[in-house]
Amino acid sequence: MIKKEMIAMLLAGGQGSRLGVLTSSIAKPAVAFGGKYRIIDFPLSNCINSGVDTVGVLTQYQPLRLNTHIGIGIPWDLDRNVGGVSILPPYEKSKNSEWYTGTANAIYQNLKYMEYYNPEYVLILGGDHIYKMDYESMLDFHKQKKADVTLATIPVPIEEASRFGVAITDAEKRILEFEEKPAQPRSNLASMGIYIFTWKVLKEALIELSDQKGCDFGKHVIPYCHERGSIYAYEYNGYWKDVGTLQSYWESNMELIDLIPEFNLYEEFWKIYTKSEVIPPQYISEDSVIERAIIGEGAEIYGQVYNSVIGPGVVIGENCVVRDSIIMKGTVIGENTVVNKAIIAENCYIGTNCELGVFDEVPNSWKPDIYNNGMVTIGENSIVPDRVKIGKNTAISGGTTIDDYPRGILASGENIIKAGDRV
Amino acid sequence: MRALGIILAGGNSGRMHELSNKRAIAAMPVAGSYRAIDFALSNMSNSHVQKVAVLTQYNSRSLNEHLSSSKWWDFGRKQGGLFVFPPTITNDNGFWYRGTADAIAQNLTFLRNSHEPYVVIASGDCVYKLDYNKVLEYHIEKKADITVVTTEVTNPDELDRFGIVETAEDGRITNLQEKPLIPSGSLISTGIYVIRRRQLIELMEQAAEEERFDFVKDILIRYKDAKQIYSYKMDTYWSNIASVESYYRTNMDFLDKNIRNYFYKEYPDVYSKIDDLPPAKYNPGAVVKNSLVSSGCIINGVVENSVLFKKIFVGNNCTIKNCVILNDVHIGDNTYLENCIIESRDTIRPNSKYVGEDGKIKIVVQKDDRFSIG
Repeated sequence: MIKKEMIAMLLAGGQGSRLGVLTSSIAKPAVAFGGKYRIIDFPLSNCINSGVDTVGVLTQYQPLRLNTHIGIGIPWDLDRNVGGVSILPPYEKSKNSEWYTGTANAIYQNLKYMEYYNPEYVLILGGDHIYKMDYESMLDFHKQKKADVTLATIPVPIEEASRFGVAITDAEKRILEFEEKPAQPRSNLASMGIYIFTWKVLKEALIELSDQKGCDFGKHVIPYCHERGSIYAYEYNGYWKDVGTLQSYWESNMELIDLIPEFNLYEEFWKIYTKSEVIPPQYISEDSVIERAIIGEGAEIYGQVYNSVIGPGVVIGENCVVRDSIIMKGTVIGENTVVNKAIIAENCYIGTNCELGVFDEVPNSWKPDIYNNGMVTIGENSIVPDRVKIGKNTAISGGTTIDDYPRGILASGENIIKAGDRV
Repeated sequence: MRALGIILAGGNSGRMHELSNKRAIAAMPVAGSYRAIDFALSNMSNSHVQKVAVLTQYNSRSLNEHLSSSKWWDFGRKQGGLFVFPPTITNDNGFWYRGTADAIAQNLTFLRNSHEPYVVIASGDCVYKLDYNKVLEYHIEKKADITVVTTEVTNPDELDRFGIVETAEDGRITNLQEKPLIPSGSLISTGIYVIRRRQLIELMEQAAEEERFDFVKDILIRYKDAKQIYSYKMDTYWSNIASVESYYRTNMDFLDKNIRNYFYKEYPDVYSKIDDLPPAKYNPGAVVKNSLVSSGCIINGVVENSVLFKKIFVGNNCTIKNCVILNDVHIGDNTYLENCIIESRDTIRPNSKYVGEDGKIKIVVQKDDRFSIG
C-alpha cells in the first residue's frame, strides 16, 4: 500500500513576464541562477533536504527546459520507485479540457495524482524564490497547532510590508485576518506563498471551488478555508529573496559574490542540487583578471571579470572587460568586448569589439517598468554582431545582425526583439 | 552488444610514493574534476560496452566510494551494468589476485555467464579517449586472436615503465618485451586488449592450471608466436599516470588548450561522479593565471600554472605556483607552495612553505586537524 505523509506540489507553470526576454522562451523556474543553478533547484533541494520525496511539478508555459532539467529527478535524488518527481502538464479530458487557469485550479486538475499517494498533508510551493527552508519543521508546527492550513510567513520591515500580503495573527499564531498589499499595514508577517494543507481540507476546498473561474490560492482557497477552519502562520527567519523582477534577480545574484554572502552556497549543510551538464574545471588564462566573481564549471576566462556571476561553459575572450554582469551557461563573449551591467542569458554569442551598457540612461521605450536600472538584458540564443554599441535599459532577443543597429548603435532605451514570444 | 568490458583497477605502484598510501591508482583524481578510472569507464560507455567488470584489490575504499553508483557513466541498466569484483575466498581459491591474468581467471564465471562474443580489457590508470569499436573492427578484420592497443611514447625516460612492442608490416606483433632495461623502440603497449571471449576463457583456464598469473608475461609474450597477436596503434593523447612524474605532467598537460579542448569539449564527453559543489568563488586578493580551477574552490590568493581540484580554499596572501592540489584542501594564509602535489584533504597551516627543489616534485601530506588551527 502506498502512503506518503506529505507530498509537495510545485507550481512551475508561470511565465514570469517581469523577467522580460529572459523568460521569452523558458518558464521562470527554469531561469539560471547563481552560476550553475536554476531557480527551481532551490524548492526541489529544499524538498529532498526536508525529507519530502514526492513532488509534482506543474508545468504549462514553455516547459521544455524544465522537463529536460528535471528529467527523472536524479540530481535531487528524486528518482524513486514510489514517489519521486513527476511533471504534471495540463491534459485533455473527455469534457472540460482546459489549461491551468489559476494556481488552485492547476492543483485541482491533479487531484488524482495526489490521491494516488494517499497523503495526510500537501505542501504547495512556488518556483520563484531563492531560499533554504526546512519544510519538515513547518509541518511539525502545522501538526502541533492541529491546523487546517499553515501559511509560511517571513517578517519584513514594516515600511515594506505594503508590498506584500500580510497576515494578522493572535498570540497563538492563528491568523485572524489577511490584508493584500495594505496601505497601512497592521502586521509585518508577509506571506511567502508556501502552504501546508491537511489533505482532507484541501481536497474538500478544491472540489467545492471547482467551478470558480481562475481558482487561486490567495484569492479563493485561503479565504474559503479561513471562513471554515483554522489557518496558522509559520514564521520563517532566513534568507528569502523574490527573483521575480530583473532588478531583484540581478541583486540576488550579486549578493552571492560578497565576501561572506548572506545566502551561502558553500555550507556543507543543506546542499543545493542541480543537473550538472558540464563537469570539467574552468580555465583561467595567463592574461586574465578576476576580481570578485563566481564562475561555473568549464568556463574559460581570457579577459577581465569584475563583480560578476559567470555560468558554466562561458567563454570570455581576450581583452574583454565584464563588469557587474550575469552571464549564463554556454555564452561566448568575443574578444575586446566591454560588458557593463548586463544580464546575458544562455547560449548567446556576443561579437568582438562590442560595447554593452554605454551612453546615458534613457527609460525603455517599450517596457520601462521591466527594463530599467541601466541594465542590458539579452535573451537566450541571441547573437550580437561584432563592433556594435548597446545603450542602457535595452533588451535584445534573437539573432541580430549589423543591419539591426543603425550606425552600429542600439541607443539607450531601445529594443531588438526577433525571437521568442513578444511579451 | 558485441563486447563486454574488464577494467583492471587493482594495482599499486611504488612509483606513486605517498600518493598511493590511501587509494588505488585508478582512484587518483585527474584533470581537476575526474578520477583516473573515469576515462576507461567513459570510453566503455561511449563505445556502447554496457557490461563492465572492475577488478579491484589494492586499497579500494576510495575507488569503491567513487563507483558506489553506476549512473554517472550510464551503467545503471537492466541489460549489463557495472560490476565490482574484489578477490574473494571460495571453495577452491584462497588467494588474492596474484597478477592480472589471475584476476581475470578468478572471475571466469562472469565471462562464462556472459554471451557477448568479445571482451575489451583496459586498465584504470590511463588518461585517453578511444572508441573500442574501432579496435574491435580492426581485430575482426585482421582475424587476430588478441589485439593490443599500442602508442608511441615520446619521453625516453618513461619507456622503462612499459612493454615495448615490435611489429611486422601488417601490424602483427613480432616481439614484446616487458619493461626492458634497454628498449628496442618507442612503441609501447597501453594495456588495452581486445580478445574473443571464448579464447580468453580458454587461455585463462590454461594459465590457471599452469599457475601462471601475469597477462603480459604469461599470455602475450608466451603466446606471441603461437597466436595471432596484432597491434592497433592509437595516435591520439594517451598517458599513464602511474608514477609521480607522469601523474604531475598529465595534470599539467590539461593547461594546454588543445589537450583541454580534446577532453573537455570534443565529443564524446568524459563522465564522472557529480559532487554538487557550488561555482568557484574569487574573492578580493585572488590573482589566477594559467590555471584550472574546479567547482567548490574559494580563492583569496595568487595561483599560477596550477591545477586546483574540487573544494580548495586558498587563504589570503598565499602564492601557489606549478602545483597540483587534490580535492578538499585548506590552505592557510601567507602560505607559499611551489612544484608540489598536495594530497587530498590536507590542511596546510598558515605561513607554511613547501617547495620542490631543482624541478623535483614534492608531495605534501599534511594531516592537521582543520578545526583546531586558528
